[in-house]
Amino acid sequence: MLSRQAQAGQDADGVTAGKRPRMSGIARKEAIAGYIAISPWLLGFMIFQLAPILGAFYISSTEWRILSAPEFIGVRNFDKLLFNDDLFWQSIKVTVIYVIFRVPISAMLSLALALLMNQQLAGRRLFRTIYYLPAVIPLVAVSMMWIWIFNPEYGVLNSLIRVFGIEGPQWIHSSRWALPALIIMSLWQVGTGMVIFLAGLQGIPAHLYEAATIDGANTWQRFLKVTLPMLSPVVLFALVMNVIGSFQIFTQAYIMTAGGPGNATLFLVLYIYRNAFEWFHMGYASALAWVLFVVVLVISLAMLRSSEHWVHYEGRVGGA
Amino acid sequence: MATGHAQRTLRNSFGLPSNRYQMLNWSSKALIHLLALAGAVAFLIPFLWMISTSLKPMEKIFQYPPQWMPDPILWRNYIEALTVMPFGLYFRNSIYVTVLSVVGQILSSAVVAYGFARLRFPGRNILFIILLATMMLPWQVTMIPLFILYRSLDWINTYYPLIVPNFLGGSPFFIFLLRQFFLTLPLELDEAAKLDGCGPFRILWQILLPLAIPGLTTVAIFSFLWNWNEFLWPLIVLNDVDKWTIPLGLNGFRDQYGTDWNHLMAASFVASLPVIIIFFMFQRYFIQGIATTGAKG
Repeated sequence: MLSRQAQAGQDADGVTAGKRPRMSGIARKEAIAGYIAISPWLLGFMIFQLAPILGAFYISSTEWRILSAPEFIGVRNFDKLLFNDDLFWQSIKVTVIYVIFRVPISAMLSLALALLMNQQLAGRRLFRTIYYLPAVIPLVAVSMMWIWIFNPEYGVLNSLIRVFGIEGPQWIHSSRWALPALIIMSLWQVGTGMVIFLAGLQGIPAHLYEAATIDGANTWQRFLKVTLPMLSPVVLFALVMNVIGSFQIFTQAYIMTAGGPGNATLFLVLYIYRNAFEWFHMGYASALAWVLFVVVLVISLAMLRSSEHWVHYEGRVGGA
Repeated sequence: MATGHAQRTLRNSFGLPSNRYQMLNWSSKALIHLLALAGAVAFLIPFLWMISTSLKPMEKIFQYPPQWMPDPILWRNYIEALTVMPFGLYFRNSIYVTVLSVVGQILSSAVVAYGFARLRFPGRNILFIILLATMMLPWQVTMIPLFILYRSLDWINTYYPLIVPNFLGGSPFFIFLLRQFFLTLPLELDEAAKLDGCGPFRILWQILLPLAIPGLTTVAIFSFLWNWNEFLWPLIVLNDVDKWTIPLGLNGFRDQYGTDWNHLMAASFVASLPVIIIFFMFQRYFIQGIATTGAKG
């Protein structure tokens, strides 16, 4: 009892004096419990994230073929990838093209689906289920399905195209169409984005639409002036996570195209995987992995920075 | 405007929910249904194509125009696909890895989330920001050092690399999700228990966790899904065919029987079935989980 009163007194002092009070016994106990509670994560963060990231940086400065000891070679790995490795630049090119097309198209598609699902629609739950289901299927199984869908002769896609009297492309068997094919396939899995946007749409207060309607705004104006600004924090979150996820594309390319044809789908993570676990160039692969890390970090930070100009935060006073 | 208002009043008088936009007229309503239906057909075609192919005899697969309804229906494709490779074994392996991973992720993310939501300690905010920042980390940057670490521990070709990390923090997404969930529970619960002499971990175990079951269910489902579907990391750490999980088994099946499309589609469907079943059983939690981490993120 006494210590509780003491704590209350200290809290009040702390506020008035504006300096940090010494911790009372109870507060100290709570803090210790807090550190114990978060210790699994803190340990996991240090062992499985922080140490490996630093470790990867060290390994990237070595030539290490796993069976022999690592040999320090300074920045030669980075020198090689920047100036002497066409495959690295190919993997960057392919990955960036994938991200540039996949992220905006899937954002627009999932927003369109979310707007659709936000209407009064008979069987809305069933539609939502159908749109979302592809996003939960194992990617390996999805890849198997789509190899067969993309089969140039007997696949369902070219069969449907043939109805219009056109012969479809060779899809994943063509160096020109393999990358677009994987982008198309990724659009089948936009369900997650749809649900995120749908939750965002349902969080927009109805009175804003009513006020806009009273002011004479039509559907399109309400979309531009109410829906989009109110949804912009969710859009930012979805875009950032989608960019990060898209940079990590691996499974589809590994299974469906093996990076081909002619390295047309040699994504960065696939190239890292090959260097590390097929050719056992641990040093070079770590240098590539660090490039991935830095590229993703810079792009996500740039996106978060840019958000000041286009994301609307409710409750913010006067552009603070 | 006037007609819109009239319609809304009319609608309200029938006790129907009023639309948050304006009442749509019949033609736009029909258009919306048509769009939704066309989209649903497009989204379903790959599934139907997979199931249809999985039931066809070989000679009917390479046929143009394709036949949607298999004739005859060959159920034995499934039996053949599941016996030619040891899918029962892969299934058991996947269940083993997934169940232990789910347990680890639930336990550790619940405790950690409780710490961030309810207990005050110096550095809490900065540590929470670090946790959020790790969501943006492409984990592949850690895979080579971790592979080397596990190799030196002799853990390659065991399930430890797939399971143990899940007991240490699990995933920042789950911690974030559960923290948000704990924040919605009234603080008076903790206060009352504290007065009764409950320590912080008894409060978590006896009072908050029972109330957080919806949140924990969401975590369990996503954890199941992610661990069940994981491909790259098992591909790196599991070499022996006997140790393979379902996705690795499916990949190996394709390496051997590449163009047996009916068997490959049957195996793919079976590999997807557990997540499809879980999805239909717990759909609500999927939607809620994404809504919490997505919309409030």
